[in-house]
Amino acid sequence: MRTTDVNNMAEDTIEQAEQTRCYHCGEQCPDLSLHIEDKYFCCQGCKVVYQMLSESDLTCYYGIEQHPGVTAREPADDARFAWLDEAEVSAKILDFADGERAKTTFYIPLMHCSACIWLLENLYKLDAGILVSQVNFPRKELTLTFNPQKTTLRRIVTLLAAIGYEPQITLNDIAGRKERNSRKSLYMKLGVAGFAMGNIMLLSLPEYLAWQMELPEHFKRFFGYINLLLALPVLLYSSTDYFNSALTGLRQRMLTIDVPIVIGILALFFRSSYDILTGSGAGYMDSLAAFVFFLLLGRLFQQKTYETLSFERDYKSYFPVSVTRLEREGEKVISISRLQVGDILLVHNHEIIPADAVLLSDTCEIDYSFVTGEARTVTKHNSDLLFAGGRIVGPAAKVQTIKKVSQSYLTQLWNNDVFQGKKQSRLKSISDRVAQNFTLAVLFIALAAAAYWARVDYRNAVDVFTAVLVIACPCALALSIPFSLGNALRIFGRNKFYLKNSDTVERLAGIDSIVFDKTGTLTEQGEQEMHFLRLDGRGDRLRDEEAELIAAVTRHSTHPLSRKIRSLLAGREQELLPVTHLTETEGSGLSGHVGGHGIRIGSASWTGAGTELTEKIKGQNGSRVFVAIDGTVIGVFLIHQAFRSGMHEQIRHLQQQYPVQLLSGDNDSSREEFERIFGHGSVLHFNQSPEDKLSFIRALQQEGHFVMMVGDGLNDAGALRQSDVGVAIAENTSAFSPACDGILEAGSFRRLSTFLKFARKTVHVVYVSFGVSFFYNIIGLSFAVTGNLAPVVAAILMPISSISVVAFTTLATGALAKKYGI
Amino acid sequence: MEVLFLLIAASLTVAAGFLVAFIWAVRNGQFEDRYTPSVRILIDDKEQTNQTVEK
Repeated sequence: MRTTDVNNMAEDTIEQAEQTRCYHCGEQCPDLSLHIEDKYFCCQGCKVVYQMLSESDLTCYYGIEQHPGVTAREPADDARFAWLDEAEVSAKILDFADGERAKTTFYIPLMHCSACIWLLENLYKLDAGILVSQVNFPRKELTLTFNPQKTTLRRIVTLLAAIGYEPQITLNDIAGRKERNSRKSLYMKLGVAGFAMGNIMLLSLPEYLAWQMELPEHFKRFFGYINLLLALPVLLYSSTDYFNSALTGLRQRMLTIDVPIVIGILALFFRSSYDILTGSGAGYMDSLAAFVFFLLLGRLFQQKTYETLSFERDYKSYFPVSVTRLEREGEKVISISRLQVGDILLVHNHEIIPADAVLLSDTCEIDYSFVTGEARTVTKHNSDLLFAGGRIVGPAAKVQTIKKVSQSYLTQLWNNDVFQGKKQSRLKSISDRVAQNFTLAVLFIALAAAAYWARVDYRNAVDVFTAVLVIACPCALALSIPFSLGNALRIFGRNKFYLKNSDTVERLAGIDSIVFDKTGTLTEQGEQEMHFLRLDGRGDRLRDEEAELIAAVTRHSTHPLSRKIRSLLAGREQELLPVTHLTETEGSGLSGHVGGHGIRIGSASWTGAGTELTEKIKGQNGSRVFVAIDGTVIGVFLIHQAFRSGMHEQIRHLQQQYPVQLLSGDNDSSREEFERIFGHGSVLHFNQSPEDKLSFIRALQQEGHFVMMVGDGLNDAGALRQSDVGVAIAENTSAFSPACDGILEAGSFRRLSTFLKFARKTVHVVYVSFGVSFFYNIIGLSFAVTGNLAPVVAAILMPISSISVVAFTTLATGALAKKYGI
Repeated sequence: MEVLFLLIAASLTVAAGFLVAFIWAVRNGQFEDRYTPSVRILIDDKEQTNQTVEK
């Protein structure tokens, strides 16, 4: 009776534990051992954070959202941030500092809810030295002002790490802060132009109604002068960007779309000023202000930016800022800029090897997933060469550097001249192509009309010439591109395909060749499929008693494949069987005695699997682990990378429209499999180094192709940069992705071909809207060349053409998106 | 009708005042983050401590 009770109670507790979520972070609690009163915690870290917050009377953190915390797991280690005490490092991290106040901004990727905002803005309760802390949630930034005499950068960062919001400080921050591109100036220019537009239109009202009432002459003059005054800031301030870029274009001997815009603005302003000052007319200042206002509005719309995404990351945003160096006096944490060739480093669990190095420890496990996209860890042995960029998994490794940080195998990729300067697009943008013909055509019409009128009356000729320039101002033309491409950019964003800027949509439509990376791009990151294949002809399943034996042996091994097998067999073992005579041979396998059976698990030769068995599974690629019980091979575990869902169809769709190629850094063990997917005779390239990938893309381009590269790891960075459109695939967008033109969330991979189709259709929309704007231009020109362009006609035609183009492009792209189901 | 001069001067002054206010707001960074303040204002500082919802 009593024992049943205990059993029941134990079961109850287990059940309860299954349902209990950590009070701090909401993770399932493995057991109920950690609790304070009725609040349970999943780990010591979470409990410590709770205690810390409750001591400072900050528990309403938990009242704002349920389980707002970040799983703490490991308690923060204070020594980790020792390098922040170095004066040269902190000087670079601080935005501003004097004796009493210092200001800095941290990027904290882990903030995720309103409770985070609340806690981070109440930091002063945890550290009295903090004066102000303010969160910018869309950017995930925390701006801190603190008193450097009462607290230090290191103490603040340690505190943030302790409560689960460790700021991400990367080499980029140390290398010098980049100014955030701010929209402040655009907003102000827009404000000024809008102000001028409204007031000028108001003062032009009598002119619009001129046929109904006649105003005294001195009123007209007064209104005219005020209009002129109001138009000055529009010309001198709001439209400066257009003047600058038109000049830059002209210097490079290019007629960009800004050239006709500037001609229009100047013609509008000087013609109107002349009219007003001589009293010969009311001028077109209203059209000028409206024109600039609409242009700036289009620019604002086009500049959709994804605040939290970065398209400019290189290895510097990912490499550590500090390393632990082993010196004669012991361990010392130094900033990476002081790292030298020949230094002996201690790289801890989850830390990254900062430079090419030689392993001094016996073995270590390295995860190169950031570099290659390959999630499997690699085992390295003493005196093996370790490439920079790998992440140590498991016990700390002692290494000696043999290269500088910037000269390592991976990082020297960034010394390539592709990475110098801005990325230049080889595809000439539509607007620039049209602008060229447009400008020449307008100038021709203006001159022809003027020449025609010059025979009649010299004064009329000048009038007509300027009237043509005024009305032909490419307002609608200049708006159709930002609005259609900007809208497409938003539609892509809704579908988790984030483009760097709207020009990318146009380039996406222009590509004629696609290159894929393999690992992490076509195969899923971290997802590995494993199944058991029976080879002894006794059914096809693994029996429970056999599973038990295998689980018992693999439990004692830390090899990733053993762990994988164990997780596959989890739940099939009844009790823990003792293992005797256990041996593990690196590179071969495991053996041991369990329950009177001799078990060998490992390679074909280790288990004695003959050629007739290996022949059977010849078609299967990936790792294989044979299992022999009492000398008989019973079967094999096959482990292969899982393909991204929908990959087969996607490749087939894309192949109908583009040549598709594969570029992989791995060996060609999976060549057969990919030949099946890509079709026979397709071009698959294996064993490509990061630089090979870059030059491969360059060679394709030299053949005249416009290439889209789809990759994911740092080793694709060069190819992504060199390609016309570089798309990085990311499992989640807050994780690292190399510099690129677009980030595609893995879940949307299956829609890639639809996206490309949509981009092409968007460009068609742009062409149609050009037609619309030319239509208006022809109407306007017919007024202008006949010398009948009244200010009111210009004032009506300009906004109508702009608004109808904006409406058309927005509706058309929206309708297209609906049609394609995106 | 001459009063129009005065009225227009007055209306332009008011409008210019709003423009200056707008420019001040932009320079002050009020358009930099349009999300966080909306959350911040909803969080009560002296909130019912510990009144949490389990499950």
